[in-house]
Amino acid sequence: MAVLQVRELAKHFGDFKALKGVDLTTREGEFLTIVGPSGCGKTTLMRLIAGLETPTAGDVFLDGKPITPLPPRARNIAMVFQSYALYPHMSVADNIAFPLKARRIAKAEQDRLIHWAAGILGIEPLLHRRPARLSGGEKQKVALARAIVRKPSLFIFDEPLSSLDAQVRAVARAELRQLHDRTGVTTVYVTHDQVEAIGLGDRVAVMQAGALRQLGSPQQLYNEPANTFVAGFIGTPPMNLLEHDGRIVGFRPEHVLPRAATPKSADVAAFFVRIERIEFLGAEWLAYGSVDGQFGNAKVLFKLRPETIGEVKPGEVQEFVVSRRNLRFFSKETGMRAAPAPI
Amino acid sequence: MRRLRRSEILQEGARFCVARKDVSLRDEVKVGRGAGGQKEPPPAARIGLADRDGVVGTIMLAPAVVYVIGLVALPFVLAIGLSLSDATVGNPGIHKFVGLSNFISAVHDAAFLFALRNSIIITAATLVLLTILTILQVELLARNFPGKKVAEILLILPWAMPVALAAVGWLWLLDSEFSPIDWILRAVGLLGPGTALGPANNLFYLGREWLGLGAIVVIDVWRTLPLSTIIVLAGRTAIPNDLFEQAELDGAGYFRILFQITLPALAVLLIVAILFTVLVIFGDMTVVALTTRGGPGYTTEILPYWAYLKGIQGGELSEGAAIALFLFPVLLAAAILALRIAYRREE
Repeated sequence: MAVLQVRELAKHFGDFKALKGVDLTTREGEFLTIVGPSGCGKTTLMRLIAGLETPTAGDVFLDGKPITPLPPRARNIAMVFQSYALYPHMSVADNIAFPLKARRIAKAEQDRLIHWAAGILGIEPLLHRRPARLSGGEKQKVALARAIVRKPSLFIFDEPLSSLDAQVRAVARAELRQLHDRTGVTTVYVTHDQVEAIGLGDRVAVMQAGALRQLGSPQQLYNEPANTFVAGFIGTPPMNLLEHDGRIVGFRPEHVLPRAATPKSADVAAFFVRIERIEFLGAEWLAYGSVDGQFGNAKVLFKLRPETIGEVKPGEVQEFVVSRRNLRFFSKETGMRAAPAPI
Repeated sequence: MRRLRRSEILQEGARFCVARKDVSLRDEVKVGRGAGGQKEPPPAARIGLADRDGVVGTIMLAPAVVYVIGLVALPFVLAIGLSLSDATVGNPGIHKFVGLSNFISAVHDAAFLFALRNSIIITAATLVLLTILTILQVELLARNFPGKKVAEILLILPWAMPVALAAVGWLWLLDSEFSPIDWILRAVGLLGPGTALGPANNLFYLGREWLGLGAIVVIDVWRTLPLSTIIVLAGRTAIPNDLFEQAELDGAGYFRILFQITLPALAVLLIVAILFTVLVIFGDMTVVALTTRGGPGYTTEILPYWAYLKGIQGGELSEGAAIALFLFPVLLAAAILALRIAYRREE
């Protein structure tokens, strides 16, 4: 169990500032996900933590000790790459044994640890195989076994699920989280997929353009986004952001209701929307439209319950409402969260 | 006008059906043209010989087949025939078969034994040195450092240099009087009367058995290193960087990564590159012919050069052929081994 701290960490590649001074502290045994669009600096941050890159400025601490000058092998950080980076010419058992051999651990102890790690991930029958003969899911398990076998202070995962089929991915995600809960090792998990980040993380760090935009629990990020970037990045589909009266007002697609389906007495903001298209998603419908008048024909997305969709027809202009407590306000200039305003 | 249009459209269709090899569409083109009656290039120009795989394949293979038969198979059969006959340069026809007597007399020649020994020593020493230096150069060039481009050019240069030109340089370096190596050794006090390498003022590289062999090995390595480096470097750059970073994170140091990650990943390529190079070295006589000429005596003689001296210079064509044939089993074995490893890699 360890605490990772990153202090004013910056990395420039020539003129390009990949990371512009990031501060971040994990909690003990936490599963922290780092999410952001490609090019946001999340991979650079992760490589700096692992020691694969040298920072331009700033420091990395593990359990309060600075590890910035240490080479990767001296950091006791295990990393699982997107490609899994299994050694192709070694059997599964030799792959798992590699970090142990590098630490000159006795053969008997090696064998014990290999079987312990393989047992946790359920890959004992595969120990004699070569990586080329493994499926994507099996490769991931081998990579995980190799990561846990030396009992590191910190795990780093670099998009470990992105090379798996959609069906395997859900299972692998659950297994990853279970593995963390079982070993209790502090984990930093990097992904570009906000669904994965929200679903897996105890806390989620959202990054954009080399800077940390918000760090918080999945609920905080979803309900109280700190800025328009987080509001527009988290959620499927993300928050609707409309300009109104010199501010930006945001609301979640599922918070929109047809006027007719709402009691007259409710404290709501109302507006007229031209519905352009509706899409069946199973449990709900997705409605695409544009808001008339004061919102300048901005595009909006709604999620509508099956019991209310009957009244919504494509091509029509209808009145919709959002409960005032579900409205979020942002400054137009900075994009930062702002005080509520009348609407 | 309308008809012309139609034929134009059909021509487009013809181009399309050439790509698709669609016979029925092609037939329609002829009908269209017949109806149009316009002057058009004959369809044969579009759907010509070049579109028939069988014809193209034969044409493309033909030069290689002619080359192999004319310059490899026939001379090889001829060499076997000559080696069993009493042919000489003055009377080169195969008139009379003498059995294995050419082989027997070749083996009983002291020079042949020197040549066989030296061929093996030179090839083995080149193999060892080449392997080590190739790995060193590949490890160096796989990294980024200032002046890498210049280093790359310098390391590749020996390959681009004509053998004759290179020989001039080497002959000067190894000259019995004016060798700059000797000059440096004298300058630092290692050579000359009363020094470690003395008492003579020169080492006479090409005039002594072991120094001569050493010089030949050095030149052979110098000549072949660029090629094996390029081949193995291509393989090295193809290894995903993740693998090295993973090994580093797993706690491995430089030598563990080199011996347990890099070399196993490169093994097949390295073996093939070295084997092919060795094939060239074993059957090549240019370096010896341009430097020691097998001397002093026969002490730096090698098989291909001895076969040439005996068969062409000495006029005993049949015995020369017999000596050259001693090369064959070794070259064949090395070639088969190299190809087998190369093909196994592809699986």
